[in-house]
Amino acid sequence: MRSSVGRVRGLGSAKEGTHHWWNQRLTAGSNLALMVWLMASIARRPAYDYATMHAWLASAWVAVPMALLILSVFYHFRLGLQVLIEDYQQDQARVASMVALNFFSIGLGAAALFAILKVALGAK
Amino acid sequence: MTVSILHRATGDGMALVGSVLLVWFLLALAAGEAAYQTFRDVFTYADGRLNIVGWVVGIGLTLSLFLHMASGVRHLVLDTGAGYELKTNKRYALACMIGGAVLTVAYWLYLGFK
Repeated sequence: MRSSVGRVRGLGSAKEGTHHWWNQRLTAGSNLALMVWLMASIARRPAYDYATMHAWLASAWVAVPMALLILSVFYHFRLGLQVLIEDYQQDQARVASMVALNFFSIGLGAAALFAILKVALGAK
Repeated sequence: MTVSILHRATGDGMALVGSVLLVWFLLALAAGEAAYQTFRDVFTYADGRLNIVGWVVGIGLTLSLFLHMASGVRHLVLDTGAGYELKTNKRYALACMIGGAVLTVAYWLYLGFK
């Protein structure tokens, strides 16, 4: 059901709701597994000094799940913060917030992936 | 309703604070020993014990994580169409809050006693 005025103004559903909803659930599942791994792995470190933690992150068994965790968690929280913005911001403020959100999550995620790769692939 | 608000508050809190701290931790490890020490000094005393900032951020983020994790699983269950009867729904909500708190206490006890 859509009125002709609504059609002309281009208002209404953006037709992306299901995709957003599903990806939020998909990453919820992967976050659950990856965060349980991260919390357990951190808890089991014998110490938290630089040498211990650097060797930990340099291992493929940590660097790969950590990179996956960044992708999954950051995508999940980008979707979550989008809903917060859509609930509380209107008009121009909403557009500006969405741009800021994309810069924040993609910029921070890129920095995290760079740090993981530098430690995992870098020379000592 | 409380659990729904908590789910949003803990999720958005972790998204804004936890994500920045996690990336700071990773960048500090990548940047070298001095940068990592700067990161550590914000949360610990010289002898390695947590200071007040370490306790507040540590408890705050772990409690947020475990609460969000518990209510997140609740959302996945509700997505299947189950658990909308008033009594069941209330029981799930209570289980989320208690479960999140219990997991947090258990986690810190493990850290303290290992």
